[in-house]
Amino acid sequence: MSTLEIRDLHVSVDTEDGPKEILKGVTLTINAGETHAIMGPNGSGKSTLAYSIAGHPKYTITSGTVTLDGQDVLAMAVDERARAGLFLAMQYPVEVPGVSVSNFLRTAKTAIAGEAPKLRTWIKDVNTAMERVNMDTTFATRNVNEGFSGGEKKRHEIVQLELLDPKVAVLDETDSGLDIDALRIVSEGVNRFKENGDKGVLLITHYTRILRYIKPDFVHVFVDGRIAEEGGSELADKLESEGYAAYVGAGAAGAGA
Amino acid sequence: MTVTETAAAAVQNAVEGRVASHLHPTGSFAVAEHPVPTGREEIWRFTPMKRLRNVHGDAELVAGGALFQWNTPEGVRAELVHGEESQALRGVSGLVPNTRYAARVLAEAPSTLLVDVAANTEVHEPVLVDVKGQSADPAEAGHVVLRFGLHSKAVVVLNHTGSATLAQVVEVHVGDGADVSVVSLQDWADDTVHLTQHEASVGRDASYKHVAISFGGDVVRMDSNVSYRGPGGSAELLGLYFADAGQHLEHRLFADHNEPHTKSNVVYKGALQGQGAHTVWVGNVLIRKVAEGIETYEQNRNLVLTDGCRADSVPNLEIETGEIAGAGHASTTGRFDDQHLFYLQSRGIPEDEARRLVVHGFFNDIVRRVGVPELEERLMATVEAELAKNVSKA
Ligand SMILES: Nc1ncnc2c1ncn2[C@@H]1O[C@H](COP(=O)(O)OP(=O)(O)OP(=O)(O)O)[C@@H](O)[C@H]1O
Ligand SMILES: [Mg+2]
Repeated sequence: MSTLEIRDLHVSVDTEDGPKEILKGVTLTINAGETHAIMGPNGSGKSTLAYSIAGHPKYTITSGTVTLDGQDVLAMAVDERARAGLFLAMQYPVEVPGVSVSNFLRTAKTAIAGEAPKLRTWIKDVNTAMERVNMDTTFATRNVNEGFSGGEKKRHEIVQLELLDPKVAVLDETDSGLDIDALRIVSEGVNRFKENGDKGVLLITHYTRILRYIKPDFVHVFVDGRIAEEGGSELADKLESEGYAAYVGAGAAGAGA
Repeated sequence: MTVTETAAAAVQNAVEGRVASHLHPTGSFAVAEHPVPTGREEIWRFTPMKRLRNVHGDAELVAGGALFQWNTPEGVRAELVHGEESQALRGVSGLVPNTRYAARVLAEAPSTLLVDVAANTEVHEPVLVDVKGQSADPAEAGHVVLRFGLHSKAVVVLNHTGSATLAQVVEVHVGDGADVSVVSLQDWADDTVHLTQHEASVGRDASYKHVAISFGGDVVRMDSNVSYRGPGGSAELLGLYFADAGQHLEHRLFADHNEPHTKSNVVYKGALQGQGAHTVWVGNVLIRKVAEGIETYEQNRNLVLTDGCRADSVPNLEIETGEIAGAGHASTTGRFDDQHLFYLQSRGIPEDEARRLVVHGFFNDIVRRVGVPELEERLMATVEAELAKNVSKA
């Protein structure tokens, strides 16, 4: 049983005009077995939250805490966070030239498990994970994400999710750029991961369509670096029909317009 | 001496009508015609002249410093030749020196290391020539001739190690239809100064691969030049270098497309780390008026691993005919990419391991293209060892 706890998190980025605050106090608890959806308009800070949890050097945590089972995540290096059981499926997975997928996956698995996987079963595991998301196994010999289509990159993230089997997965717009078949395949991957045990899932998305495949227990509406509203999956249905208009520009623009 | 002068005159005639390219002045075998360079000359402007121990100028060149060792697979003659035989080989590649040090090597080297591969012979194992420097003092001159016969196929590896102050000329004659590789490893000790010119003349329909690999030495400066003796010749000029703190590694290429339907493909990759690490890559390609239907591509990629390094990269293409099949160049110098590092680390891979993966990946394709399996492992191991230095310093 794991718990990821985010408390009053404030995050800024460096800009030419000095630091700019993006997250303005985010509090969120993800318990094992729970799926939380974060929805919000472009630029509201969803990816900032995801990257801050993973430890991307671009973001500065100005205050607040993030803990995984009581352990201080913010004090850990990026790789330590992953070894502690966090996983971030990125909105824009990075191309790493010269590093083959198979070498990458084996190195990552070895780092996380603390020992090299048994060769025979490992190759089988990799092939199975790839076939499940309809990726040809020849991808294993290609360089990490290099020349992958948008959809292939997302499916490769799911392959990693299944193989690395973290405690808590943050999925940043894993659904965007996928056609309907790929969306179903990717969703099935996430659901398999959830069935593997008591996993926490933080699903960041723009659209409600993925929520037809992955049922969230909680929905959080993210606006301007804060959670503006929270609810159950019914909140997603409301967003589906009404959009974010009610939240954007809240009091000001909303006034009677 | 007459032999030399005849060769000189013949080449001089052949290059008549060359363009007024500032980079390739008409050469001369006469040492007196080459003033001591000051460092302000175009071709010396990147080189730290003060560290050359005057080997570019008037340092006394003493014979017999470095130790040579080689194997002689079947079909190969390898020998240190002296006297007239050695004299007759000077300029055999068509080289007319355009630097003082090269002129001095041809005038003063007491002998020539000759590797002769018989015509129509396929040599199945690499010819390995070890050049082991014994001391950085005194300076010495080395003349090497690699002569590949008509339709021969062979690989020659020059392996430079130890301490030396060496002015060197390597002349390569590639026979018509031959398919050859010359690999030069500069794996010197920290105090070595090495000025070297590799001059190749590629025959009709011949393939020439030249690989420069520079890891060690205080200053290494190599000119790797190619010209052609007939149509259909192709040259692949590859390079791999790794500069540490304080090292100066300079590679200059010159593909002289003086014949139609010739090809050149230049790929150099380098990594730099540590305070004062400096690399220079200058890729000159000249496409002469007669050189219709040629293809050329050159690229240089540098990976800067730490602060305090400097990579100069200068591609230079001079085109005198519109009738070319393809010409292009690319040059990039990138910082070690934080995004790559973040992605790998976010999958649990520790930072030093992530760096290793990326640097391996960076060099991997070029190591494979070297095409000498005996060397691949050693090259990767050397890259590894270089990286380990950085990690332990960090
Ligand atoms: N270097 C920077 N300088 C200024 N603003 C920045 C910088 N980096 C990020 N931002 C801003 O931070 C805000 C939050 O960005 P973030 O990527 O977290 O949004 P998001 O909610 O994930 O959006 P999307 O739905 O488009 O993915 C945006 O307004 C963005 O422009
Ligand atoms: Mg985003």
